[in-house]
Amino acid sequence: MSAVATSRTARGGLQIREPRDALAGALFIAFALAAGAISATYPLGSAMRMGSGYFPLLVSTLLGLLGAVVLLRSLSFGRVERRAEGPAFALRPALCVAAGVVAFALLVSDLGLLLATLVLTLLCGLAHRQVRFAELAGLGVVLACFGGLVFAWGLGLQLPVLPG
Amino acid sequence: MDLWANLAVGFEAALTWSNLLYCLIGVTLGTLVGVLPGLGPVATIAMLLPITYGLSPAEALIMLAGIYYGAQYGGSTTAILVNLPGESSSVVTCLDGHAMARQGRAGVALGIAAIGSFVAGSLAILLVAAASTPLAEFALSFGPADYFSLMLLGLVAAVVLAQGDLLKALAMALLGLLLGLVGVDVNSGEERFTFGLPQLADGISFVVISMGIFGIGEIIANLERDESRSPLSRQLGRLLPTRDDYRRAWKPVLRGAGLGSLLGILPGGGAMLSSFASYLVEKRLARDPERFGQGAIEGVAGPEAANNAGAQTSFIPLLVMGLPSNAVMALMVGAMMIHGIVPGPQVMGERPELFWGLIVSMWVGNVLLLLLNLPLVGIWVRLLAVPYRLLYPAILLFCCIGVYSVNNSLFDVLLTVLFGLLGYLLIKLRCEPAPLLLGFILGPLMEEHLRRAMLLSRGDPSVFVTRPLSLTLLLTLGLVLILCLPRLRATRQAAFSED
Repeated sequence: MSAVATSRTARGGLQIREPRDALAGALFIAFALAAGAISATYPLGSAMRMGSGYFPLLVSTLLGLLGAVVLLRSLSFGRVERRAEGPAFALRPALCVAAGVVAFALLVSDLGLLLATLVLTLLCGLAHRQVRFAELAGLGVVLACFGGLVFAWGLGLQLPVLPG
Repeated sequence: MDLWANLAVGFEAALTWSNLLYCLIGVTLGTLVGVLPGLGPVATIAMLLPITYGLSPAEALIMLAGIYYGAQYGGSTTAILVNLPGESSSVVTCLDGHAMARQGRAGVALGIAAIGSFVAGSLAILLVAAASTPLAEFALSFGPADYFSLMLLGLVAAVVLAQGDLLKALAMALLGLLLGLVGVDVNSGEERFTFGLPQLADGISFVVISMGIFGIGEIIANLERDESRSPLSRQLGRLLPTRDDYRRAWKPVLRGAGLGSLLGILPGGGAMLSSFASYLVEKRLARDPERFGQGAIEGVAGPEAANNAGAQTSFIPLLVMGLPSNAVMALMVGAMMIHGIVPGPQVMGERPELFWGLIVSMWVGNVLLLLLNLPLVGIWVRLLAVPYRLLYPAILLFCCIGVYSVNNSLFDVLLTVLFGLLGYLLIKLRCEPAPLLLGFILGPLMEEHLRRAMLLSRGDPSVFVTRPLSLTLLLTLGLVLILCLPRLRATRQAAFSED
């Protein structure tokens, strides 16, 4: 245990101490660069008569600076005593939830609320560790009825309920 | 007296049948989301916004406000019974509330939480009513430079007082500012950051942002955690506190009400900070602090009073200045805009029935919560037995329907998914999403005021330090950064670490 740690600390040079912060900093810098580059193409104007690019460029610059500080702070030049764990991303929940919502959006105008709800429930249900298909199907039916009754009929939202 | 006349106007507006009904719906839904962990008032208010299109502005605001303070009542129920805070503002209630429940005094803990919340809420609402008229008159004298400084102060203070890493929170606020600028620039008519997409010309809907990050992003983050709940304490015991309980609790309730009212007004304050601060104060003042954590009734009464008082007074900056102090208030700004009301000091004069109706309805809502909550505790507890795997598809469905029905737009739903994934990424990187939402709402306003101030001063930036109001605000900003920073941020950790 300690042998591993010493072998890591003994290595000098540039080290990432806080992977979360390093990623966050890089993300902020990326946003700032993109937004800054786009704002620079808009008319900047003067301090008195600000063009549409003035304020976005100002904010982008600040964001870029902050991002740089966050990134630099997460690095360590030389010995690292304690390296924080990096984030672990759960791909399955992210993908299943995204797929379910996208499917709902694509289907609802043609297939109607009831079927779209069923698809959403089944796809999103796959995101959970314990998938129970019978239970999900039941939940889908209940939610479809509830959605149809409350939102389409009760609240009168402009949603097609049935296919067609 | 003026105040009573105003309150009379408010009572007249708040006690119409429809407003009463929406107040009831709001506080009931609020209690529900307060009870359910993993679903907060921000996501709920965002979900319900689209369905308020058909309501009158007063009905809509009354209902949405009810969700926020109702959640403070509901959050304590789960904290006490299952040691699981339904809302972040109830985290400290777990410490002594659940300890009381283990001693078979769950009912008393729930009772004192509800009664304390009610007393504190009533006092805070009186403060809101009394303070808003002079404050709004004062706010009318604000120039563009003053407004810009005020918003800067609000944004930075909100970030400083919020949880988590300060630098990342500031960056999130800036990111929010940039997102808020998407769409047609009102001054030049030029499209910004729209990538040629006509759907973005009106800007990104704040329903999309809040539902994406606080709805979908949170759900994905919740799904990778394990569901672990400590066993329910079924034995409620007596609900009404004894004479001895009252004797111990009345001072903490009053102190909590005062502290909460004060902290609620601060940008970034509101319910959560208030409850932490109150717990700390009660522990300091107690003659026998070692009882805290072992079921001290003061540790339930104080924070619960404080969080409800804070939830009420956080409406002050919104109602009198149009300045949202936390994410929920940012959504309320959006809700007002949807109904064609520009939040600001002029609302009180132009729409007195709306303004005073909302304030009085908050008190009516507190009465409803007190009357309904205790008898219904059994039902709320049973709801806790619903597993998350059945709950989240339902939440996702409501999100989808909510976003879709804003414009019947497929694009909006896809954009929401995108923000959901971004939100998940940001949550994983420990970046607080609340400042982003605040920045998003304040972005266009800040740009507008900055432009106007600089135009009036003929491009001279010294206007921000030569106007006394603006200078005071900027000095306060500096003071906040220097003084409050280490102390207030330590409050959160201290509430736990001292045990």
